[in-house]
Amino acid sequence: MKTRKNEIWSAYQKDIADDHYYFARSCIRQNFFPAAENLYIDILRNVLGKDIYDDARQTTCTGIAYHSGLIPLETTMTVIARQFALMNEAGYENFVASCVTSFGLYIETLDTWKHFPETEQKTREALKRATGMTFSIPKNIVHASDVIYKFRKEIGEKIALQLKNKSTGEPLRIVDHIGCHYAKIFPQEGIGGAEYPYVLAGLIDEWGGHQVDYPERRHCCGFGFRQYLLKSNRSYSVTNSKKKLDSMLPYKPDLIIANCPGCTYFLDRWQYVIAEMEGKTYGENGYGIPALTYEELAGLLLGYDPWDIGLQTHQVSVEPILDKLGIIYDPEKKYKGRNGEDIGKPEKPEVLRCC
Amino acid sequence: MLYYLKIITRQSVGTMKDLYKELEKDLRYLEGLKSCLNCGVCTAICPAADVSDYDPRMVVDTVQRRDEAELEKLLKSDTIWRCGECLSCKTRCPRGNVPGYIIQALRALSIDTGMFMESAQGRKQLAVKRTIGDHILKYGYCVYIDEVDNDMYPEQGPVWKWLRENRESMLERLGTSYEKNKSGTLRITSQESLDDLNKIFDETGGTRRLEKIEKDSSEKAKELKIDFKGGKDDYFNYLYNE
Repeated sequence: MKTRKNEIWSAYQKDIADDHYYFARSCIRQNFFPAAENLYIDILRNVLGKDIYDDARQTTCTGIAYHSGLIPLETTMTVIARQFALMNEAGYENFVASCVTSFGLYIETLDTWKHFPETEQKTREALKRATGMTFSIPKNIVHASDVIYKFRKEIGEKIALQLKNKSTGEPLRIVDHIGCHYAKIFPQEGIGGAEYPYVLAGLIDEWGGHQVDYPERRHCCGFGFRQYLLKSNRSYSVTNSKKKLDSMLPYKPDLIIANCPGCTYFLDRWQYVIAEMEGKTYGENGYGIPALTYEELAGLLLGYDPWDIGLQTHQVSVEPILDKLGIIYDPEKKYKGRNGEDIGKPEKPEVLRCC
Repeated sequence: MLYYLKIITRQSVGTMKDLYKELEKDLRYLEGLKSCLNCGVCTAICPAADVSDYDPRMVVDTVQRRDEAELEKLLKSDTIWRCGECLSCKTRCPRGNVPGYIIQALRALSIDTGMFMESAQGRKQLAVKRTIGDHILKYGYCVYIDEVDNDMYPEQGPVWKWLRENRESMLERLGTSYEKNKSGTLRITSQESLDDLNKIFDETGGTRRLEKIEKDSSEKAKELKIDFKGGKDDYFNYLYNE
């Protein structure tokens, strides 16, 4: 569905390289949605025919520590410079960050070097002293969701399913949640800018769904870095997620998609906590609203088996959205181990209905 | 009591008149403070202000008044540790101020001067250091599945508990490189890469910052007579949970 808001912000576009990407992994996504990044790489390589390099030498960008006030900017900039050096050594120029926090920090680093050129020089010297490495600045830096957005039409031509309710034929109602650091820091670096980002809404429009616009659409998921990391402060996080979930509830979303690893995690796990603490559930019939990453959604529409792409690792059961899409799946395979062996099943929560 | 007096005296004499000079060395302060007109848009949009008495407008207003005593009070307060660094304030400020950047500079100065030990929230940096900070140098990433158990993170829920208990099997089924020396998800980060990170931390002040947090915290733990021996000790649990 095209809206006037999308048109207002269509001026916010950016260059996204066509091919040959250096992929930087995310701290959170690797752990909490452990199949998502491999799915991303598989879609790029085997569905879109692109070249994407997965480097064993890369590390964190340190973003979570930096935004928790733990380590100096100089340390973060130098770790980022090392990532650039690795990209250069691998023969690539186009950097793709899997994480929104990382993406924001890479852009912030380049912006800092632009406004304070002496900091780039100091970073170069520090990297050289520490590792012997030198680097060139990437030609193109984007977030991983930008690439899926760029090729949304190509993916749209290959998908087996549209975002429609199989029973009614109606478009599915989908909430898009954009990580704050995707465009709130540097609006010109995000498709659609900060106020009306189109990077995920564009996927919903292209693949036949209906965007849910709700009052708290642009509110933070509530990560808060140190606020979540400390158990004593964690109410900050759940309260902000609850604010969003309460705000979207009247619009009866069928699905939430997010482009930030942390946001996907919080919008999934806090639904479980709110259900167990307050008895409140947000989906139909006692289920939650499934919260997927953008490539998990693309993978489902492209025909990947939901259990091969790790959808059983979400706390909120995904079966309601699979059923609405008309996806055939084997419930028995969901919790099997590497060789199809029985490894038991997760305990059922007391309130949140799970499959 | 005597110990407290000693700390206050040391900090008051040693840093009072120099705080702004130190703050102005931080690029985040220079980038973050233009000229605040006290409109309050940052506070209206702030997720932290929604859940606590944190008020970014007041932080910016306090800082721009250039009162050394007020700045010192801020550096010793819980206030500067309440921000969640979502940086929603950057988008909305009509004057181009960034309260979230100013907070980054204030936090750095609070640790460097030791003033973070004067606030309950500041002292919790030790728990952040012993999770995220230590993970970076041990695993190459801020988070690692082996360290995330349901006791420390109960919101993870039963699916995560099941995944962790069966991680060797499930992570192989899902095509990860867990416990493998090759590229891919959750791989073992090579010693060479970890050495690079350590050397970068040494070279750029990261190690010094982490060591200062440990050192200042050990003094506080001693004063409180709480066990302090590193890792998930009693002092860590006190800071992390309460």
